[in-house]
Amino acid sequence: MSKHQINPNAWIDLYSDYLFNYTVSRVKDRETAQDLVQDTFVAGLKSMKNFEGKASERTWLVSILKRKIIDHYRKINSKKGQAEVRVNFNQESGEEGNWLEKKIADPYDKTAEDSMENTELGLAIHNCLGKLPQKQAEVFKMKTLLGYETQTICNELNITASNLWVIIHRARTGLASCLKESWF
Amino acid sequence: MSKKRSIFIPCEAANHTCDKSQYREASLWEQIKLNIHLIYCTACRKYSKDNKTLTKLTSSPNIHYLNAREKEKMKKAFFKELRNI
Repeated sequence: MSKHQINPNAWIDLYSDYLFNYTVSRVKDRETAQDLVQDTFVAGLKSMKNFEGKASERTWLVSILKRKIIDHYRKINSKKGQAEVRVNFNQESGEEGNWLEKKIADPYDKTAEDSMENTELGLAIHNCLGKLPQKQAEVFKMKTLLGYETQTICNELNITASNLWVIIHRARTGLASCLKESWF
Repeated sequence: MSKKRSIFIPCEAANHTCDKSQYREASLWEQIKLNIHLIYCTACRKYSKDNKTLTKLTSSPNIHYLNAREKEKMKKAFFKELRNI
């Protein structure tokens, strides 16, 4: 029996937001990003026995995801990839995204400092959320990121409003101290 | 804390109002009381400041997350895959 633990049942709850955030900032399209994250989980599942436990589960999944993103760009380029690139305009698809620039990762995209910071911020927040107790993270996500009404959350999770505010308070304090070093 | 209605509130109440006001759910009167409290309470001033920063950070447009439906869809596909293994 292996010493390191791996538990795919919890993957989606634990890592999907983090991985999704990572992907969206690189492919600029929610749909594609979702597919890639999905593929990553499945690929992770298949190569689970190769996981050596040298890194954390998340790091390992991120490394798979990176390959997936690269593969994605290879794939969308390969259709005309064999031909040499003569024009910088592609009329085949006839809609937005004709420009060849949109078909590759934009190298300038990450040089703008704020965009970089925002990418990191998203990851930092998901990272810190992952460190909170699951209930707190869940309530905080629903309330803050998804913007649900207090009443809706209470009904869904079967808690009282004051209970909710206590959870929110703890989550906020926890998050603030987690983000403190680099973001305040 | 005295029973009668006071403009002075304890720190717990102030923090609670502060949390609520991050979601625009605090009433005007609550906010006034919070601000009075903040005049003389350093700890809560600090908490309020941090709380506001946190709100600003989390409302940044570049934070992406999956909504419940997307996550559900992902889970469904994933667990189907999981059973096959």
